[in-house]
Amino acid sequence: MHEFSLCESILETVTEQTRRQGFSRVRRVWLEIGELANVELDALRFAFDVVRRDSMAAEAELEIITLPGRAWCPDCAQPVAVSQPFDPCPGCGGFHWRLTGGNELRIKELEVE
Amino acid sequence: MCAICGCGHPETGMHSPEHRHDHDPGAEARRITVEQDILAKNAEFAAGNRQQFAHRGVFALNLLSSPGSGKTTLLARTVQALHGEFPVAVIGGDQYTAHDAERIQAAGAPAVQINTGKGCHLDAHGVGHALERLPLPEGGILFIENVGNLVCPADFDLGEAHKVVVLSVTEGEDKPLKYANLFAAAGLLLLNKMDLLPYVDFDVARCLDYARRVNRDIQILPLSARTGEGLDAWLDWLRQGQRAALRQQVERLERELAAARARLTGSG
Repeated sequence: MHEFSLCESILETVTEQTRRQGFSRVRRVWLEIGELANVELDALRFAFDVVRRDSMAAEAELEIITLPGRAWCPDCAQPVAVSQPFDPCPGCGGFHWRLTGGNELRIKELEVE
Repeated sequence: MCAICGCGHPETGMHSPEHRHDHDPGAEARRITVEQDILAKNAEFAAGNRQQFAHRGVFALNLLSSPGSGKTTLLARTVQALHGEFPVAVIGGDQYTAHDAERIQAAGAPAVQINTGKGCHLDAHGVGHALERLPLPEGGILFIENVGNLVCPADFDLGEAHKVVVLSVTEGEDKPLKYANLFAAAGLLLLNKMDLLPYVDFDVARCLDYARRVNRDIQILPLSARTGEGLDAWLDWLRQGQRAALRQQVERLERELAAARARLTGSG
């Protein structure tokens, strides 16, 4: 359940940014979460609902943008798509690929007022 | 700070009629670009810890496992074997109790316990505070024993040189796949309780194959903390890391010394 820690961290950043720019209420938060990130999206949404209470983001909607898993396979010498850490390379069936994207945990944007 | 909305306005009481915000209710919504990693704060604290370790030549390890993998028994034996050679210290994370720290202290090393309470993992900020309560093992090894959990600790960098995952043969051989994020983040896998292998259905080759699927660079050492089988290879791995951390400290100090000498020559 480290989704609670992640949401506390999200709220801290969101609050800080909103205040710094002279706003008082957060309407919407966009996150970018990689397909292979170590996060359960339902748990993240649930945790956000709890953590946002009594804050300037108390009514904020959470929008999650999922980013696809991308890797480089040295045997095929080309980029490939993966969706789990133990997926075989779709080209050669090997496991030598290295992840190049898809483990992001990022706060992208806010809508504030 | 404005007490109504905490916006940084110097007025502290109720909003007076003159205290107008450009963000009063009814104001138009605006978009703010953030583009910040959710774990950015933890990463900052981890970088601070890492710098502290580098300055003092400390080889720091983050030990991860399920509850019951034999991590504390392994640590107690490791501490017993090494604390005469160089300084060793332990930070232990558990939800409650200081039992593990007491076992480590009995084995001969300073240890502090972080009780995470509701938390399921250690974070870099908590480790930073634990370091204030512990004599830093300069030129030696700091073991950070994480909370027994194969999910959450994977994401939280503590400033360690390596994550070491302990898996025992009494667990499922497919754990490297089930908890792939953590095995992918680890530098070393210790396969513990090898003395129990004749009594359990655990396919070592399959387990190691799974581990290499998620992490082709992972090093693997089978051992038994109870009988001592395989322990020498683990201790040698630790000594190599400790020597490397010391060498890096020496190189850094030599660079600083050379720079200071150059400044002295330049100013003389």
